Amino acid sequence: MSMAWTIMLTGALVAASCGFLGCFLILRHMAMLGDAISHAVLPGIVIAFLVSGSRDSLPMLIGAAALGLICTFLIQSLRSRGVQNDAAISVTFTFLFSIGIILVSLFTRQVDLDLDCVLYGEIAYVPWDTLSLFGNDIGPKAIWVVGIAFLLSLIVVGLFFKEFKIVSFDPHMAAALGIPVLLIHYLLMGLVSLTTVASFESVGAILVVAMLTVPSATAYLLTDQLERMLLISVVAGVLSSVLGYGLALLFDASIAGSMTVAAGSLFVLAFLFSPLHGVVTRRLIRRRLRTAPEQS
Amino acid sequence: MAEIEKFLADSNTLWVLMGTILLGLSSGVIGSFAFLRKRGLMGDVLSHAALPGICLAFMLTGSKNPFFFLIGATVTGILASLAIHAITRYSRIKEDTALGLTLSVFFGIGIVFLTQVQHSDQGNQSGLDKFLFGQSASLVGEDVWVMGGVAISLLLFSLLFFKEFKILCFDPGFGRSLGFPIGILDTVLMIMLVVAVVIGLQAAGVVLVVALIITPAAAARYWTERLDVMLALSAVLGGLSGALGTVLSSLSFHLPTGPLIVMAATFVFVISMVFSPRRGLLAKAIRLARVRKQLARERVLQSLYERREQGDFGDVEAEALLHKSPMPPRRLRSALIFLQKNKWVRMYKRRGILHIRLTEEGSVQAYDTVLRQRMTEVWMMHESEIGGSIRDREDGMVADHIPPDIFDPLWNLLLRHGMEPKWNPESPAAPLREGGISS
Repeated sequence: MSMAWTIMLTGALVAASCGFLGCFLILRHMAMLGDAISHAVLPGIVIAFLVSGSRDSLPMLIGAAALGLICTFLIQSLRSRGVQNDAAISVTFTFLFSIGIILVSLFTRQVDLDLDCVLYGEIAYVPWDTLSLFGNDIGPKAIWVVGIAFLLSLIVVGLFFKEFKIVSFDPHMAAALGIPVLLIHYLLMGLVSLTTVASFESVGAILVVAMLTVPSATAYLLTDQLERMLLISVVAGVLSSVLGYGLALLFDASIAGSMTVAAGSLFVLAFLFSPLHGVVTRRLIRRRLRTAPEQS
Repeated sequence: MAEIEKFLADSNTLWVLMGTILLGLSSGVIGSFAFLRKRGLMGDVLSHAALPGICLAFMLTGSKNPFFFLIGATVTGILASLAIHAITRYSRIKEDTALGLTLSVFFGIGIVFLTQVQHSDQGNQSGLDKFLFGQSASLVGEDVWVMGGVAISLLLFSLLFFKEFKILCFDPGFGRSLGFPIGILDTVLMIMLVVAVVIGLQAAGVVLVVALIITPAAAARYWTERLDVMLALSAVLGGLSGALGTVLSSLSFHLPTGPLIVMAATFVFVISMVFSPRRGLLAKAIRLARVRKQLARERVLQSLYERREQGDFGDVEAEALLHKSPMPPRRLRSALIFLQKNKWVRMYKRRGILHIRLTEEGSVQAYDTVLRQRMTEVWMMHESEIGGSIRDREDGMVADHIPPDIFDPLWNLLLRHGMEPKWNPESPAAPLREGGISS
């Protein structure tokens, strides 16, 4: 596989899995959780590094996913104790992030843990970080890790699709129907943590946060059906990864940044011209409605 | 002591201390407004949106003067807040999604710019990184002068427009009807937030500035119901966290200042959340326990009374009480012990089974309790006819006291529903006891 293809495939996988879960986050009004989780996992990464003493992916993945869950748990319990939503999120993730930085400066002076690389991974390095199984090179690690995370979310959401759907749109009705709302909530949060962590080790936090919100917001403007929204979100994510890579080559700029900008541009297009909810489209429709009676 | 002397002698540390205290003060005040407008996460967005502005300022001017950075970051911050406004106003996308979207896209643009700067001949973009991650230990006199000037003008501005901001925070619709330019005020507040975030960036970095904005305000909210007190308290708590973090950082282990400030602020927040006298978790738990106890006593009295009302004057077994109004046995026991201490019930064991007997005093008490309960019930059913406010306490609890002026109409309603207490311990002929309605 050539380098360009590997990078684009990684970006597309990240975009697809984040876009897929992002739909549920948006519907549940929790879009900022992606950002919170991506910061809050830092202490998990550092602790995993200290415990395992290596930069292996697996311990870091576990540590980070655990911290992601702790973060969502703390936010949820602050909220249930009457702290308003924005404050609960900010207080929790800034606190956890600070612990992470303090741990880094306390313990990692002796050992080499490059913060920039762990937290703000660079997608351009993906092709060189390959995985080998039984002595055979089986391709870039990032693709495997993100791919497995994506597969997992597809399976879990597929199994409980009805539950996820009802909880996303009407948690009160879901509770009345006997669906374990809190369990579904933590299931979703677990998947989001896992996907976030799996992705941003290889592509950087910013791309993950962007892909969690932007493609799904685009999809939200284009359809009223959850199934279609999931599909459009995945497609928009993949498209922005491909376009972004092209942009990055064109302007010689950061790949993750360009992919984000591409996703943002797609959103602006949907915002203006979506057949259902676009600003321009609605204005056109209104004008047509206003002139229609005169013609008849 | 020697360490403190050394600390005070170091002029650089003093500059840093002054800088962080000023920062805590100003972001505490601005953060309070943001907190009350439920815009806490706006700080997060603005601090990320500052990146493209800082890069642009560097690309255009070629200098690393914090003043230019401030202007650049303010411009992109305002753009970001306009984008959020437009997205929520002109599409069905909710605010949280608009925040996350704007945050990531602006930061993405910033990263693209940053790589442009890196690849250009201007080179040396290391200062820009510092701006993002915060290096409060490297604050020097000049930075602190800029920060101080900005912080003090922010504070003055908040004082000057205190009344306007107050109305903006609590009832913008009412403010608009009074002729206040609410839209402009909102924009002004947003610009102030942008400025507070940007001066915080240099000392604390993108993530930690969010904490300085929101955490002291959230902590202050626990202690007061008044905006002016909240602003002052939030400023003090913010300044305190700044000072605490700086001192800790310079005294021990060379830990970074920014995170320590956040830890201090979070500590203050947790203390406030648990121990504040009215809204704190502890106070709430105590109140809940007290209400539960009171309720248990009332339920015991009610069960005992209702047996008599039905003509059963025998003594009651504790098991039967539990069966009638289920509660943890421990709570029943403590309720019974309380009632016995007041001589309202007598307890004795016969054949190993606990029996309970209402005393005469207790019967009067039970009558009062049941009368009050049933009156409250009909009051709730007919609240609109009777008038008065049934939830007169601030915590939304039902009134535990029937006002004397609506006693008669309530009694009539009880008669109409056939709910009047049918057994009067004092004199069966005259069921109405004026004014004896207290717990």
